[in-house]
Amino acid sequence: MKFGVVTFPGSNCDYDAYAAVRHVLGEEVEFLWHKSSDLAGCDVVILPGGFAYGDYLRAGAIARFSPIMQEVVRFARSGGLVIGICNGFQVLTEAGLLPGALIRNAHLRFSCRQVYLRVEDNGSPFTLACSRGEVLKMPIAHGEGNYYHFDADLRALEDDGLVLFRYVDRRGNETPEANPNGSRRNIAGIRSTEGNVMGMMPHPERAVEPILGSADGLKLFESVRLACRKMGVVTVK
Amino acid sequence: MADSRKAIVYVRLKEGVLDPQGLTIQKALVQMGYPEFVSVRSGRFFELEIADRAANIDARIHEVCSKLLANPVIEDFKVEKMS
Repeated sequence: MKFGVVTFPGSNCDYDAYAAVRHVLGEEVEFLWHKSSDLAGCDVVILPGGFAYGDYLRAGAIARFSPIMQEVVRFARSGGLVIGICNGFQVLTEAGLLPGALIRNAHLRFSCRQVYLRVEDNGSPFTLACSRGEVLKMPIAHGEGNYYHFDADLRALEDDGLVLFRYVDRRGNETPEANPNGSRRNIAGIRSTEGNVMGMMPHPERAVEPILGSADGLKLFESVRLACRKMGVVTVK
Repeated sequence: MADSRKAIVYVRLKEGVLDPQGLTIQKALVQMGYPEFVSVRSGRFFELEIADRAANIDARIHEVCSKLLANPVIEDFKVEKMS
């Protein structure tokens, strides 16, 4: 099994994602350059956090048109597993691979702190190793992570079970105080209708060992490995 | 309007989408002693200079607006052409 981590000009969590996969999860991983048009046979593509193309215009707006993204879109449309973390989530919404948009945090400040997430669905390839309702601790670090969608679209999103993670307090309660950025319905992460594309604002790759404050993020990487193994992909571990 | 030289594109958040920047500016206005400005919505504009011989320009402007300059999920745009 091989992960690919895309490096855009301005990505700054690409090495974190790489290290999480290679050194902690123990699977093969390769960087994918934004100008490349080759996914190098990867089974999973990660769009990492950062400020791709300086986040000029809107976060993710320019990155979406890079050569590698044309391949990522093709890969996603054919059922390939794609994970967007933070800026990667913004890129995925701009590319139309995930519904909604991420706007400026309601309080206008960049927010960098630990949050708690509740796993809303453990049937997806990204949450297989979690249990439903489980509370995970991991950090956020963003200025534009305020998930927005119109009421009718939000209802459809909820009805289709596309919400994977919600901001909660440490006991798992969905409260306004636990919402770090004003996201509608405390939404922290969603999946695509087809289920193979996932985006989240919090950083699982920064929570893969206890020394980092939490190892909960590793569960998402383990989930993806489990999903790949179920699809017949050979894994290291 | 194939002879248009410039187009101005205004992009704003759709009605109903939270505009934290506009809200903060409005609060500042109240604090500064301008309470009559009861709402502020922010946005951005782009000035496009277009080559003389460019064809099909209306459709082309519309295309770049909905593909890049605005995010149609949350934003509306308006085009003004100048010659």
